[in-house]
Amino acid sequence: MLRLLANLKELYRYRVLVQSLVVRELKARYRGTVLGFLWSFFNPLLLMIVYTVVFGFIIKPRDPAFGGSPWLYALFLFSGVLPWTWFSSSSLESANVLMIHGNLIKKILFPAEVLPLVVVTSNFVHFCFGLPILLLFVLIFGKSYTVYLLFLPLVMLVQYIFTLGFGMLISSLTVHFRDIKDILANLLTFWFFATPIVYPMTFETITRSRTLRVFLNLNPMTHIMQGYQYSVFYGRLLPWKRLGVTLGVAIILFLIGYYIFDRLRDSFPEEV
Amino acid sequence: MYAIEVENLTRIYQKYSARHRFQTFKSALIKGDLFRALRPDELVTALAGLSFKVHKGETFGLIGENGSGKSTLLKIIAGIVKPTSGAVKTDGKISALIELGAGFHPEISGRENIFINGIMLGLSKKEIQEKFDEIVRFAELEDFIDAPVKTYSSGMYMRLGFSIAINVNPDILLVDEVLAVGDAAFVPKCLDRIDDFRRRKKTILFVSHDLATVKKICDRVAWLKSGRIMTIGEPSRVVDAYLQDVVERQEREFERRQEEIRRQTEIRKKEELRAEASRPGEQEPLESERRPETGRGEERRPEEEAREQERREQRWGKREIEITKVTLKNLQGQAKHVFSPEEGMVIEMEVVAYSRIEDFVFGIGIFNSQGICCYGTNTHLEDYTPVSIEGEGKVICRLEKLNLINGTYYLDVATHKRDGYPYDYHRNLYTFLVSSTYRDEGITRLPHRWEVSPNIQLKPPERKVNLD
Repeated sequence: MLRLLANLKELYRYRVLVQSLVVRELKARYRGTVLGFLWSFFNPLLLMIVYTVVFGFIIKPRDPAFGGSPWLYALFLFSGVLPWTWFSSSSLESANVLMIHGNLIKKILFPAEVLPLVVVTSNFVHFCFGLPILLLFVLIFGKSYTVYLLFLPLVMLVQYIFTLGFGMLISSLTVHFRDIKDILANLLTFWFFATPIVYPMTFETITRSRTLRVFLNLNPMTHIMQGYQYSVFYGRLLPWKRLGVTLGVAIILFLIGYYIFDRLRDSFPEEV
Repeated sequence: MYAIEVENLTRIYQKYSARHRFQTFKSALIKGDLFRALRPDELVTALAGLSFKVHKGETFGLIGENGSGKSTLLKIIAGIVKPTSGAVKTDGKISALIELGAGFHPEISGRENIFINGIMLGLSKKEIQEKFDEIVRFAELEDFIDAPVKTYSSGMYMRLGFSIAINVNPDILLVDEVLAVGDAAFVPKCLDRIDDFRRRKKTILFVSHDLATVKKICDRVAWLKSGRIMTIGEPSRVVDAYLQDVVERQEREFERRQEEIRRQTEIRKKEELRAEASRPGEQEPLESERRPETGRGEERRPEEEAREQERREQRWGKREIEITKVTLKNLQGQAKHVFSPEEGMVIEMEVVAYSRIEDFVFGIGIFNSQGICCYGTNTHLEDYTPVSIEGEGKVICRLEKLNLINGTYYLDVATHKRDGYPYDYHRNLYTFLVSSTYRDEGITRLPHRWEVSPNIQLKPPERKVNLD
């Protein structure tokens, strides 16, 4: 525990590096593309359109929350897909990040946790680029802003800690077990559908089945996603007790992830 | 006061096999004991209990063959790799030139890379801003600094990397063989910078295979071999000891290769004999003509033909007189394969004539690796008159002084009739190496010396490196 604190202090010393690497990541990502950083908007937007067409127009939304409107459903979808993209891209990139920057780890002295931190943070910035679009759509689709929007930063904090913990865990383990990368890609697809993103928790199949409810509630991402949906889509107070528990879970995951990362740290220069 | 203190340093590397990895993953999942499962199945010792101290302001050289642990040592001192046991104490800010431009991102500009790389190496943003112009100027990249790094040539890339690292202005500079890639103009500039460091009494740890530079710039040198320090001390003494060891190793390597060739020839000879014996309707070959003749090739398979061809290129003749063994020795009669140009060489041929022969010549030829004949002669050219030979004997050619430049040489030995009809011709079957610290060029080292009139100040080399 003390060692973790010392590590965090060391990490703080490197904040300028984290900051420059995040900026570099963002600059480099769309360097050479015509639309540039607009892709940060288009990627989730296009994803949303696909889901809207399939689940909104082809399979009509049956839940009362949408009143049969595919547009409202699209908004609901977007409020979940956007933060999910942050989580899933961060996890997938974390799996690779130590290997991609193997050269750095082998040749330059700096705390390796900077790398997953940069991954999660730059994806967070992407997510933030997408937020105005989400908020714009709230107005376009005939909803209005509520005071509960102010809870968004809290939800983001929980997700940030959770994602970072997961990223640390994944990145350090993948160095030793490369299979994790492939396992993870499949796991994330499963996880996506095991989280109420394309369907609301109020869906009648879920309200009727206790097993399903318990299962979904055990998934920390459920509460994080619901945090967004309540604040943006429903405009209601989010289930704060559950989010509080999720924050605890996120912190524990972060500590475990960082501990394992730290234990495996010395093996990175020779394994990546 | 010491800048670097290395105390009983050991580093053991771990080797994991793919199978082991798979098993560990399984057992890690099943037993839930990840750290125990991650124990390796094979160990490689990179450093075995090193201890040495580097004074402040000293330029300390590290030499040794590839894989002797130099880079590992440097990485441990830099703090990138952790020692398995032992300790390193350093006093002052360290900058490691281990790989230039290691942190560059190809898609972004040189300018942005300078900032990120500088921060990684421990500079603050402000410091980089102050040094920015100097970094760009030293790297000679004024016109390209806003272009993405991926458009840089490898030279530009390296210059930028060096320029950033050297401008970190450390107290201890670790240099690992990074100058090997620079062009003729940039390397002296880098060496100037390193000299500048020396003048400012900074500590430098210098790893290089360029022994001349090591001798020139280092105050002390350590020679590393298989993770141990062999010698430590005055540069030219350590470099000489290292060179001596390299020569001995080359010698062993040559012996091994010669042995291999000899064994293969023997096997081939046996195969041929067997093939000959099993050929039906053929007379049992006479002792004096047991070599297969070229004319019999019609019913042979092509691969056999090819092998025969290859063999014939290396050795031909019907062996009425056979050269059974060739040994290279120095003038003291010691068999060896690595010679200094100052040394003499004795080529000793053991020959056997299966009947009395009255027309014979013995010859030698020395070829360099480009196939150029450096020297060739035979007894006939030198007007020796053959009288008779029968049974076993020895023919020795004594070269009083080799006088060749550095390189690998091939030796032809032959015995034939005066009209050229070959008895036994060995083409390029024997090799030897000439190795020295001289860097002269050409084909042979002509005996020479330099003389200047008294008003010209020309300092002779400190001492000659004698490889004997």
